[in-house]
Amino acid sequence: MATGPDRSNYLTTGRGVLSWLFTLDHKRIGVMYLVAITTSFFLGGVFALLVRTELLTPGQTIMTADAYNKMFTLHGAVMIFLFIIPGIPAALGNFVLPLMLGAKDVALPRLNLTSFWFWMIGAVFALVSIIVGAVDTGWTFYTPYSTTTGTAVISMTLGVFILGFSSIFTGLNFIVTIHKMRPEGMTWFRMPLFLWGLYSTAIIQVLATPVLGITLLLLVAERALGIGIFDPTLGGDPVLFQHFFWFYSHPAVYIMILPAMGVISELVSVFSGKHIFGYRFIAWSSIAIALLSFLVWGHHMFTSGQSGITNMIFSALTFSVAIPSAVKVFNWLATMYKGSIRLAAPMLYVLSFLFLFAIGGLTGLFLGALSTDIHLHDTYFVVAHFHYVMFGGTVIAFLGGLHYWWPKMFGRMYSERWAQLAALLVFVGFNLTFFTQFVMGSHGMPRRYYNYVEEFTTLHQASTVGSYVLALGFFIMAGYLLHSLVRGAPAPANPWGSATLEWETTSPPPAGNFDVELLAGDPYDLDALRYDPGVGGWVRKDPRSILVAAGGAG
Amino acid sequence: MAAHHHEHGHDPSVAHHFESAEQQRQSTKLGMWVFLATEILFFGGLFVAYTVYRVNHPEVFVFGAYFLDTALGALNTVVLIFSSFTIAWAVRAAQLGQLRLLRWLIIATMACAFVFMGVKYVEYSAKWKHGLLWAGSYNPHLEHGDEPAAGHGEAEAPSSTTGAPEAGAPADPDRSTIAPAAEGPHGLAAPAVAADPHAMPVEPANARVFFSIYFMMTGLHGIHVLAGIAAMLWLLRCLGRGDFDGGRFTKVDMVALYWHVVDIIWIYLFLLLYLID
Repeated sequence: MATGPDRSNYLTTGRGVLSWLFTLDHKRIGVMYLVAITTSFFLGGVFALLVRTELLTPGQTIMTADAYNKMFTLHGAVMIFLFIIPGIPAALGNFVLPLMLGAKDVALPRLNLTSFWFWMIGAVFALVSIIVGAVDTGWTFYTPYSTTTGTAVISMTLGVFILGFSSIFTGLNFIVTIHKMRPEGMTWFRMPLFLWGLYSTAIIQVLATPVLGITLLLLVAERALGIGIFDPTLGGDPVLFQHFFWFYSHPAVYIMILPAMGVISELVSVFSGKHIFGYRFIAWSSIAIALLSFLVWGHHMFTSGQSGITNMIFSALTFSVAIPSAVKVFNWLATMYKGSIRLAAPMLYVLSFLFLFAIGGLTGLFLGALSTDIHLHDTYFVVAHFHYVMFGGTVIAFLGGLHYWWPKMFGRMYSERWAQLAALLVFVGFNLTFFTQFVMGSHGMPRRYYNYVEEFTTLHQASTVGSYVLALGFFIMAGYLLHSLVRGAPAPANPWGSATLEWETTSPPPAGNFDVELLAGDPYDLDALRYDPGVGGWVRKDPRSILVAAGGAG
Repeated sequence: MAAHHHEHGHDPSVAHHFESAEQQRQSTKLGMWVFLATEILFFGGLFVAYTVYRVNHPEVFVFGAYFLDTALGALNTVVLIFSSFTIAWAVRAAQLGQLRLLRWLIIATMACAFVFMGVKYVEYSAKWKHGLLWAGSYNPHLEHGDEPAAGHGEAEAPSSTTGAPEAGAPADPDRSTIAPAAEGPHGLAAPAVAADPHAMPVEPANARVFFSIYFMMTGLHGIHVLAGIAAMLWLLRCLGRGDFDGGRFTKVDMVALYWHVVDIIWIYLFLLLYLID
């Protein structure tokens, strides 16, 4: 679009629904994932608003206690398994990863499409379970309740089992693509940091998800056949389920946060107008987090009867995760230091991320400490911590990345003014919703409760109002983003002044991504670019420096 | 990818986004190895469950293994190891362009897979007949002299009254029936086999857990064998299509890698389930 009407791009190459559903183009698969996960986010958001509305008053407000149990379970299951796990890797990652490599596609395009189809099939199972009676176990499916409740646990867990394969296929594809398809000049330590984030995420997806798979298969076999592995009445052990579940589900929270950290690493450099600070530390800290993530699952089970020594080991390992996380935060701050910061919408999300993730991360240490965890476990403090990391971290970074790559994906600019308003509403609404929950939790309000003592009424109502503000922010965002697709100004190839390779092709890119073979240099060498008012975007000072055919200047 | 037109004078067997056949082969191979790692971890959950229960309740495993037919298990082990040999040879045949030999080696491997499943069927039906099923359906009823494991001579029907509640009984959250770990230097309960090493051991509490683990592990492995048969049918179709002309062997190589993993898992299952004494 930017280079004239005669230029076809990946959106216009091939028409009709089938040309999308059976495409092998990573960009189209990424866009389909984007539609799919934002739909799930909307659905999970509606469940969340119903939960918050019910909690406006003690006792019954709008639904029965049973309906409430189903609502918070569905909110958790939909948000975790349908939205946030595939979120950044499958939607943004799929679109951006081959472009960042200057490649035509991911290494295994058919597997990529299979991954999307598995997501769809898994989502159908999850939706069926919602229709035929929902699930009331909480998203963690703890036995023995999950094997005895009358709700549609089999359908939901089979859905999650299938979604797991979708996640494995994405991770496997990314590992192979990053190993085998890097362009000339891109050594491991010249990769954009988003790719380090995706790579470390992929390691966890591939190594942890199969364990969730077998766990859920055992759970299904338990319900369907009475296999008895987790059922004490048949000689099984319900605590074993918790070990299995968290062996996946703790690493899974790093599946959610690591790609988000990768997004932030890209954005913070570009919008500070500075080379990223401490590249190698950020890259290695991603790998360190991925490896440590496998060694801390026991901190979800401090009160399950583990031995004291086990608790101490898991507590110490949990603290150690703070080191690579803090390494990243300090490097981002150092990148901003003395930079020329542009407060465009993506950067607003970066600042939100740094603030919220710092709170989320530090409160994680409160919960990792054995003595305070005894007081705080299963209270709203845990809920607030989790949302500060997952929403304040992952979702905020996802929104930042979405606003950053939106012009590349669709070739249109959105309204910056509305985007800033939405970012502000999301930030304010989020803090109002969840900071109150830290306070409630530390005063003993248990999580997942339908009812509460009257002393908590004010805080609960503030939290609910916050969730409405948050929802308003998202409605505005949906409005201006959809509007931009129709009325947005055409986007230049490089609207932000970024030095990574995805900005070297047109916005939106052609079906084959690049017309020429690219030579990768330093992905954060922003000085190689200058603003060209004629194009309305940034161009290379020396265009030949990144061409393989021209010999490149390096 | 076949739908794409091929620029740069590409070899038609190389997808458009790869630079060379070698890059494509390397990528496929790395992808396969990563996939096999996920398979190992998938089974890993069951191996962990096995370890936990065996360490806590070794007597259950001693008792359960008594009913597995070691001869049939050994036969299946030999069959699978032989099939590993035939599929490895098939890779070599594909590399050398010996397509007729390749066809027969794939068929031989498939035949081994069918023999394996046939033997498994015999074993499963014996278990079914005697009610030696997973915990929820466990209801052993052995008639005198009608005991599946060959070579154990005069067998008494095991006592089926174990003190455990009936299958399908509602869970009582206040009362765990997990049997306490047996004590002793090796964690073994009082050895049931005293004088006659062939006499059937007395049934310990929760013997049914053994059969849960047995059916989950061998059942999941059996599904993988069936997937292997499907993969080999696919190879035969590719062979007929001419995919392996000119010494191209990547697809055979990938199926062979998968098949080796299926074999290795079985070898562990044989050791861990059948050879407990």
